[in-house]
Amino acid sequence: MSSAPTAGGVGRRVSRTAPYAFILPAAVLFVVFMLVPIAYTVFLSFRRTQAIGLGLGPNSREQVFAGWENYAATLTDPELLDSTVRVLGYGLILVPVMLGLALLFALLLDTPRVLLARFARISIFLPYAVPVIIASLLWGFFYLPSVSPVTAVAEALGLPAPDFLGLDNILVSVANIGVWGGVGFNMLVIYTSLRSIPQEVYEAARLDGCSEVQIALRVKIPMVMPSIILTSVFSIIATLQVFSEPKMLSPLTNSISTTWTPLMKVYRDAFIANDIYSAAATSVIIAVVTLVLSLGFLRLVNNRAFGGEQR
Amino acid sequence: MSTTLAPGATPTLTAGPVGGARRPSGRRPPLLASAVLLLGALYCLLPVLWVVTAATKDNTELFSTFTFWPSGSLLDNIRELSAYRDGLFWRWMLNTAVFAGVGAVASTLVSGMCGYAMAKYRFRGRNVMFNVLLAGVLVPGVVLAVPQYLLLAELSMTDTYWSVLLPSIISPYGIYLARIFAAASVPDDVMEAARTDGAGEWRIFTRIALPVMVPGLVTVFLFQFVAIWNNFMLPFIMLSDDTRFPVTVGLYSLLNQGASQPALYTLVITGALLAVLPLILLFLLLQRYWRVDMLAGAVK
Repeated sequence: MSSAPTAGGVGRRVSRTAPYAFILPAAVLFVVFMLVPIAYTVFLSFRRTQAIGLGLGPNSREQVFAGWENYAATLTDPELLDSTVRVLGYGLILVPVMLGLALLFALLLDTPRVLLARFARISIFLPYAVPVIIASLLWGFFYLPSVSPVTAVAEALGLPAPDFLGLDNILVSVANIGVWGGVGFNMLVIYTSLRSIPQEVYEAARLDGCSEVQIALRVKIPMVMPSIILTSVFSIIATLQVFSEPKMLSPLTNSISTTWTPLMKVYRDAFIANDIYSAAATSVIIAVVTLVLSLGFLRLVNNRAFGGEQR
Repeated sequence: MSTTLAPGATPTLTAGPVGGARRPSGRRPPLLASAVLLLGALYCLLPVLWVVTAATKDNTELFSTFTFWPSGSLLDNIRELSAYRDGLFWRWMLNTAVFAGVGAVASTLVSGMCGYAMAKYRFRGRNVMFNVLLAGVLVPGVVLAVPQYLLLAELSMTDTYWSVLLPSIISPYGIYLARIFAAASVPDDVMEAARTDGAGEWRIFTRIALPVMVPGLVTVFLFQFVAIWNNFMLPFIMLSDDTRFPVTVGLYSLLNQGASQPALYTLVITGALLAVLPLILLFLLLQRYWRVDMLAGAVK
């Protein structure tokens, strides 16, 4: 933390209004585009429409207070439950595989005298420069039997081609797009924190007779734990919001329903079913669950990972 | 989030000698490690390589010839894509450049000023603001798209450029990064000296703080640029007139039509290649500005 300029020092007094002027644009935008929409959504989630009189004519419906009705309806909605379970499955595949690969690649890059390190680093980071929606498009064609190179290769070898877009595989196929797009960025975050470990630590470990693998397991991994935790939290947040990948794949397959993930259900409710009230309630629930999960995860791993370091 | 080792702190090695005596690892390159890295690189390059070859094929070749074998129709495909509805594709590219370029510049400025003020001034409400900001970092951004739509619909502002541009400017994470960078790089004593010389606070910001914050702000800019370029849900929800679409939403709508007219697949694939090239070029050119250490350092 920086020390603030001392008031009443030699110089002129620091203007009292200056910091507020610097903050003003951000504060206005923050209020208008984050706080107000959140408040408005919470408000809407407690409303519903009701017919006035005979319920005919353009002004025959009014908005009334609905209590917890929308929440009760949302929470008991089997479609939301299904999509939540699906996203949990998706996260259970995506987060460990993506971070596991990111950690593996970061450790390999950090191995002394490894070949092609620069080429591998740039190539693995490259998907980060590809927008998620275009990544989904590329993989979508990869999965599409009539165009897929995998199908072509399998046919050439006389093997049965896997049905990537079928109901059995679709979860893994969608997760693969997330792994592809995210592994490089997370690898670089972990790699960067590996590079900041002082070399003397390794010297000491080598003198003690550690092999490179042992150094990786017992020295490097514990020391990059904070980065892994950071990337996990971001990955969990991203997982719960998954929307673009399945939305992009949906024109190519019948395996992805309009309520395949919770956010897709919010979209369907708000824009196709025209039920903004239950969409609002679902949005609030997703936001709360995301916050609780990421804060809970942070707390849990902080205790586990750093409990020992404060000795 | 201040739970990590202080940067530069000498870590104590608690692990004792493990595994007994071992042969020294020698001087030869670790081939297995290199091979695994190469596999990872191939996995990441494969779809990009595929789109390059696929974009060189015409409609029938796409479904008939071997997938990784290039053909000669790339220029025809680009011509056909450019002709599609009077160059709608290039309109989408231009829209994307406006959304991501203007949005990221504005976002960087707003974040830079706010982060600087939070790092360098002590004022009433600073801690409250900082905590609200931290909560903002954790609030799922995409979940906000629907609330933002509901509000802008109330103001009859949907389906305008502003509806996509304005929400993209505010970035709690960008402010957070700018604050860390300002705290680390803007020297208090120089600010004090400038004040003694009679410089105003705005002048101190533009003449002293901004120049030293440039490397950090480039990171914020790139980060925001990619985030806006990547954001699909916000423009997807906000815009209905397809002349305002960014290229991502445009390609989605094209693929959607392609589901009934596979002839459009060639256009979609060529569009994907053309859309991804500028960003990959930008990324390769600005490689050294990808200060991931800063992004990672945000928790420290």
